[in-house]
Amino acid sequence: MTATLHQAGDLRSVLHGLPGVDKVGVEARAAALGTRSVKTTAKAAAIDLAIRMVDLTTLEGSDTPGKVRALSAKALRPDPADPSCPPVAAICVYPAMVPVAAEVLAGSGVHLASVATAFPSGQAPLAVKLADTRDAVAGGADEIDMVISRGAFLAGRYDHVFDEIVAVKQACGDAHLKVILETGELGTYDNVRRASWLAMLAGADFIKTSTGKVPVAATLPVTLVMLEAVRDFRARTGRQVGVKPAGGIRTTKDAIKYLVLINETVGDDWLSPDWFRFGASSLLNDLLMQRTKLTTGHYAGPDYFTLD
Amino acid sequence: MFEYAPAPESRSVVEIAPSYGLFIDGEFTPGKDVFKTVNPASEEVLAEVAEAGPEDVDRAVAAARRAFGTWSALPGPERARYLFRIARIIQERSRELAVLESLDNGKPIRESRDVDLPLVAAHFFYHAGWADKLEYAGFGPDPRPLGVAGQVIPWNFPLLMLAWKIAPALATGNTVVLKPAETTPLSALFFADVCRQADLPPGVVNIVTGAGDTGRHLVEHPDVNKVAFTGSTEVGRQIARAVAGTGKKLSLELGGKAANIVFDDAPIDQAVEGIVNGIFFNQGHVCCAGSRLLVQESVYEPLMESLKRRMATLRLGDPLDKNTDIGAINSAAQLARIRELSDVGAAEGAERWSPACELPEQGFWFAPTIFTGVTQAHRIAREEIFGPVLSVLTFRTPDEAVEKANNTPYGLSAGIWSDKGSRILAVADRLRAGVVWANTFNKFDPTSPFGGYKESGYGREGGRHGLEAYLA
Repeated sequence: MTATLHQAGDLRSVLHGLPGVDKVGVEARAAALGTRSVKTTAKAAAIDLAIRMVDLTTLEGSDTPGKVRALSAKALRPDPADPSCPPVAAICVYPAMVPVAAEVLAGSGVHLASVATAFPSGQAPLAVKLADTRDAVAGGADEIDMVISRGAFLAGRYDHVFDEIVAVKQACGDAHLKVILETGELGTYDNVRRASWLAMLAGADFIKTSTGKVPVAATLPVTLVMLEAVRDFRARTGRQVGVKPAGGIRTTKDAIKYLVLINETVGDDWLSPDWFRFGASSLLNDLLMQRTKLTTGHYAGPDYFTLD
Repeated sequence: MFEYAPAPESRSVVEIAPSYGLFIDGEFTPGKDVFKTVNPASEEVLAEVAEAGPEDVDRAVAAARRAFGTWSALPGPERARYLFRIARIIQERSRELAVLESLDNGKPIRESRDVDLPLVAAHFFYHAGWADKLEYAGFGPDPRPLGVAGQVIPWNFPLLMLAWKIAPALATGNTVVLKPAETTPLSALFFADVCRQADLPPGVVNIVTGAGDTGRHLVEHPDVNKVAFTGSTEVGRQIARAVAGTGKKLSLELGGKAANIVFDDAPIDQAVEGIVNGIFFNQGHVCCAGSRLLVQESVYEPLMESLKRRMATLRLGDPLDKNTDIGAINSAAQLARIRELSDVGAAEGAERWSPACELPEQGFWFAPTIFTGVTQAHRIAREEIFGPVLSVLTFRTPDEAVEKANNTPYGLSAGIWSDKGSRILAVADRLRAGVVWANTFNKFDPTSPFGGYKESGYGREGGRHGLEAYLA
């Protein structure tokens, strides 16, 4: 489908032929699912699953090898006091920090994701983006989080965005490609659905909401629209694509709402770190605190959880 | 699979007395007989309730008549203070009321908590605001109350229907004798206690419980000036006959068989939500339920696929569990009626489908059901089922959709799903239904008048229009 579509130059008619999204309706649905009550055993299972879905992230100008090493260690053993606590899904860092993280994570099963392609703006020539990608993969990243050119997308230059994703996908080699739509800059849910399909048609393994660098990051309704997109895409093409909300998810309560959303929209098949991730940094400690509360029956202070 | 652990709301938040009297003149008094009210989810008896005979109705109407003089003479701002107080008490005690409503009615706590109770409070707040502004409502410089209002309400939204009736009546200076449905009297009796807590003068609100006979005594009572009824079209007809020529003012809010029309350019995922909300909200015990789905043939297959997938996620069970979507059918009689009409649908050749769904052994339950291959000639496309049963029909053009939607003796509500604004306006204009929702369904607001065409009744409730029913 991918190849025939593109050759026919038919991208616009496909994207604009998708059913519309009613803003009021999708927000009401997300809010309603947000009222699900997840307690006791269900909560314990949800917390462990959420920990296993975390892409533990640091994307700061101030990142140093020391900081990245510490974070990588935490990814392996989120709760040093409790060996039954599972590791997170991946570490997510800038390309320059990839070799440092790779050293710590080697052989652990925790994935190493790197943002690339002139993150977060995506405003660089294609050659630069591809070089950025190749460097990260060469350094040991097995997942690449790229950004789309929102400028090109909003200008209706869908072919341009499509070609870029295809090129980056090629540069990724065996590494998994997550395509960041930066939904906070797309303006409408219709655009979120179109960008999701565009990325999937171009070969994305994951679609991701945000860079975390613009004011509006992941929201429940945006993630709902993206989940509907991956569901419909699999029904049409047979290929399953993952979803990663990123930015602004800080509490266990929030994370559980996302799991409920998956559960009641796309179901079991996406309830796994292979198909759903949380891009987050502070979320992990709240998950750990809630986990400890459930296992021990009392809340421990923040000093009982590691800071990195 | 991500299974939600049971998350039951505690029923101990509300105290249910073993027996209740009639609320007349500010006091609970015994009636001529008693009847039992049960929890439809378990068939457990919740309480014994007094049944009002003719003398009891006489006493209630007399109390309301006595109270009318002072109540109607109160300045608007004074009446408003009572209504505001009632609204606030309802908000404060909303958890008790939500649990009570779910216990007595069978509706999921999620709905009684998030829909019924907020709307009940909103109705009292809204009408409190009108009490001192009636001369600006557009009914003349000095609109007068009618006197004693006899109000009979159904079991599907017991407290909300009470609010729809009592709030405008009191705001306009009338006094009230209200009869709740015999299967759901408890929240009305709780409301009686709210009236006392708000120091409402005795006799302004009287609650008489009982079945059809009690209701008949009330609406036929010679000293009642206004009759308001929500319920079945059949009973509505009897009431209209009884009231004809008596000079009583009458408003009727009756049955419906609403068309929910999905055009091929609809936002499909939200339309599916709207269909589900339209027919499975409150177990389909909704007079304005979208019980006839009209789908444009060109999107029929993908839409039905989405709808079935969505229905498979509906959670049926304990109404007090916070994650329950579909609760219990209100009574054995209603369950029998739903079963009967569903069997007729299957016998007449429509194809029946329900998701895999385990029904509890105790109580009254019916799985969410859709019938496809339904035509205008099927009984399930014409008669109100008042349960979680959807009849699916198709159409080819907007004209055909309008024609089919209007081809019913009812005319309470309708829904339109389309991304095209001009089409929504054009179709809405031609639908003969009191409420037309666009890209949503079953949305209520006290500012918005509600009522029907044709056999769905007459008069409006809510909004400025709703005040007219209580003013001369």
